[in-house]
Amino acid sequence: MDIKETLNAVKQRKLSVKQRVERALKTIEDHKDLNAFTQVFAEEALEKAKILDDRLAAGKETGALAGVIMAIKDNINIKDHKTTCASKILESFISPFDATVIEKLKAADVIFIGKTNMDEFAMGSSSENSIFGAVKNPHDPERVAGGSSGGSAVAVAIGACDAALGSETGGSIRQPASFTGLVGVKPTYGRVSRYGLVAYASSLDQIGAFAKTSEDAALILKTIAGHDVHDSTSATEPVPDYDRVVGKEIKGLKIGLPEEYFAEGLDPEIRSGIMNAVRRLEKEGAKIETFSLPQTRYAIATYYIIATAEASSNLARYDGVRYGYRAQDAGDLNEMYEKTRSEGFGEEVKRRILLGTYVLSAGYYDAYYKKAMQVRRLIKDELNSAFQKYDAIVTPTTPTTAFRLGEKIDDPLTMYLMDIYTVTANLAGICAMNVPVGKNSDRLPFGLQIMAPAFKEDRLFQLGAFFEK
Amino acid sequence: MEYEVVIGLEVHTQLLTESKIFCGCSTKFGSEPNTQTCPVCLGMPGVLPVLNRKVVEFAVRLGLATHCQIRRNNRFARKNYFYPDLPKGYQISQFEEPICENGYVEIETENGKKRVGLIRIHMEEDAGKSVHDEAYVGSEETLIDLNRCGVPLLEIVSAPDIRSPHEAHAYLTKLRQLVRYLEISDGNMEEGSFRCDANISVRPVGQTTLGTRTELKNMNSFAHVQKALDYEINRQINLLKNGQQVEQNTLLWDPQKNEARPMRGKEESHDYRYFPEPDLVPVFLDAPWFDSIKSALPELPDKKFERFLSQYNLPAYDTAILTESRDLADYFEQTAKHFTDYKMISNWMLGEVARTLNEQKITINEFPLTPQRLASLLKAIDTNVISTSAAKKVFEYLLSNEVSVDEAIEKLGLKQISDESRIEAYVDQVLSEFTNEVEAYKNGKTKVIGFLVGQVMRLSKGKANPQMVSSLLRKKLEA
Repeated sequence: MDIKETLNAVKQRKLSVKQRVERALKTIEDHKDLNAFTQVFAEEALEKAKILDDRLAAGKETGALAGVIMAIKDNINIKDHKTTCASKILESFISPFDATVIEKLKAADVIFIGKTNMDEFAMGSSSENSIFGAVKNPHDPERVAGGSSGGSAVAVAIGACDAALGSETGGSIRQPASFTGLVGVKPTYGRVSRYGLVAYASSLDQIGAFAKTSEDAALILKTIAGHDVHDSTSATEPVPDYDRVVGKEIKGLKIGLPEEYFAEGLDPEIRSGIMNAVRRLEKEGAKIETFSLPQTRYAIATYYIIATAEASSNLARYDGVRYGYRAQDAGDLNEMYEKTRSEGFGEEVKRRILLGTYVLSAGYYDAYYKKAMQVRRLIKDELNSAFQKYDAIVTPTTPTTAFRLGEKIDDPLTMYLMDIYTVTANLAGICAMNVPVGKNSDRLPFGLQIMAPAFKEDRLFQLGAFFEK
Repeated sequence: MEYEVVIGLEVHTQLLTESKIFCGCSTKFGSEPNTQTCPVCLGMPGVLPVLNRKVVEFAVRLGLATHCQIRRNNRFARKNYFYPDLPKGYQISQFEEPICENGYVEIETENGKKRVGLIRIHMEEDAGKSVHDEAYVGSEETLIDLNRCGVPLLEIVSAPDIRSPHEAHAYLTKLRQLVRYLEISDGNMEEGSFRCDANISVRPVGQTTLGTRTELKNMNSFAHVQKALDYEINRQINLLKNGQQVEQNTLLWDPQKNEARPMRGKEESHDYRYFPEPDLVPVFLDAPWFDSIKSALPELPDKKFERFLSQYNLPAYDTAILTESRDLADYFEQTAKHFTDYKMISNWMLGEVARTLNEQKITINEFPLTPQRLASLLKAIDTNVISTSAAKKVFEYLLSNEVSVDEAIEKLGLKQISDESRIEAYVDQVLSEFTNEVEAYKNGKTKVIGFLVGQVMRLSKGKANPQMVSSLLRKKLEA
């Protein structure tokens, strides 16, 4: 059942919210081995369900998403609940405030079933870098779910919730969505308030959603998007009714296929799957054209300089002074910092902090950070000029399907290449979405990526819904 | 060999905004530790800064008042370093694109007016405070108070144009006067809302390259600045005279021991890894905003000084004191609306009024006499209702009594006697009582008239108009 059907059934009292929550809790229990959740809010969700059932029974007004169950990535603050970021350093941290997206979802009467596992501080592409252990793919538990929002992807894939919030910095929603066969949307930078999202790389981070259909994703985005006084980088652009475009015909749309995204390194099964989907577009009257985005080859390098630089600064606050983990037996202040951060952060986080510290250091700033910002500008300009010609750009989301647990964890460079098709959208600040288009011979899902200009999320949902027909 | 001193000053001035620079917390001074904090200024995971526009306006005011170029497009940057009173592990400041640049402040020196260049003025947040000295802090502990964390600051960086501790003092005085005139800071050095660090070097006169500089910190009053600069200049000159080198270093002034001690190497070797703050959009001062700030600028001290000289025809000395603060100048002008002997107003303000302010340790705003009442008092002298000496008594009475000048004169019975027949009666009585003195006067000892005037005044209980007494006495004695 999709969200609109659920909402109707709940409203007509054909479906009890409490029963939905009970079923969700059971699903979570049944799939415990997948390690999707860091916390489950069983009692609280049941309580909220009862309140909603009572209100619905009494014919009282309820929020726009009353009865919808969601899971939240564990780097988004929910008041009076832990925000662990899957890190030892924040294992005990309880947030004193709601993220803006949480406030909005609460106002819509969404029920939060729990918080989801992830790569520590959203750094990773496999959800293996977690103090809670790796997240496993429901399509094959020997394989990763993708990352960093792997737990949220799995939570939706197993049916523990209707939708889930994730966060993106370089592909952390689209890539796990591709690996688990879901719709995953990364909105335009500034479309959704970042207030309450634990920062990894501020100029790239954006909250987005996992859902089973484009229309579901559209409904969630409509609820969480909009300007926020607490986030000065959030956009004042009005929020349209994204779900209205579902079913709108695609005839006449101009679609660009960048050849760099179909080059060496792409799994041939994925390539043919994507090309099949493209032919469907063409058949429906879309105009397809191949073109070139030469700056793409600098995207990964640029991304890892900017993201790590910002991360090295954003993660400085975890110093053991005010909250979170503090190492014992330190002799002086510097030793406390050293021990706290050495013991509190995992390997990948430390690696990125070191990288970021290095690229910002005196004498290296111009060669790395400044240069990377200039290249970022070029990448953005190149994409924006492509959007002068094309309404949307279509590519594969990932070069491969889900890989095996442990397969790339000791090889960070190969792991970083998993983001090769997704980081461009983050660097350019545009919107992009994964929509599932097939499975390979091992029955592993893969997705197609749609990229659209800034604030043209409606085009993502329009095209996404087309592929779901 | 003669040496020349080269000083550049960095001033941090705390702004008088109601709330902090990036959150809604109050900036009030002196509250219980950690009561003026929120997730944003505590650096909790997930928070974001939101710029207080007042801070930008205050920065522009000071920039315009110091002839700076204002960067209409400026931006914040992160200054990264670890310290327990810095919750985020970075300070949000400005680096490559500060809001104001290339200005100057004009000071008075022994050799006339001089311009001290300003390299830049930028906006930033203050850090918290480490607390060691309070009774509740254990000997092995450091406690952190984050009330001050996020209070807005302007950092004002001068060019190395200052050539003596005296000039440094004049520069700081001028800058403090400006921030107070602009009502952007209380400029209080002792309370830490106006802080100063100095870069000092010396070089042989005639040498064009700069000598090795040291940085001097922790000077918490104008007196400390003078002493610390004198100390450091002497130290450097002595080193050079003895053929030694000055080591580039950061020194902390110790006001108890009157000496500057070098900080440990580790504390000062910072690489701040500045980069543009991605959580804030660049500040854009569009024309309407900029113009509204500019048009709200008050009359500045130099302008006011010139105007007072010409409009009120006062001596430069009086004018300098009266225009030292906006409030004092305003008080003068309010009084001048009701009474036009401007020099007399000035005399009273520099005399009785200033003395009262000093004695009672109050500001002109807290002074109990309104300008109107002072004007009435001065008018009473001017129209011979009371004598100047009686006026001083009335003044004292008015300070602690909510009555009008007339009522006070009445109450104290100090109304001057200007009735000629009554004065004549006193004069006649004195002339008949003090025949020896009258004789002496007539024999050419005219000085004795002072004594006789005094006797008439005593007889009239001080109320007789002294000019009338004097002229009447003279007339009778010389008749």
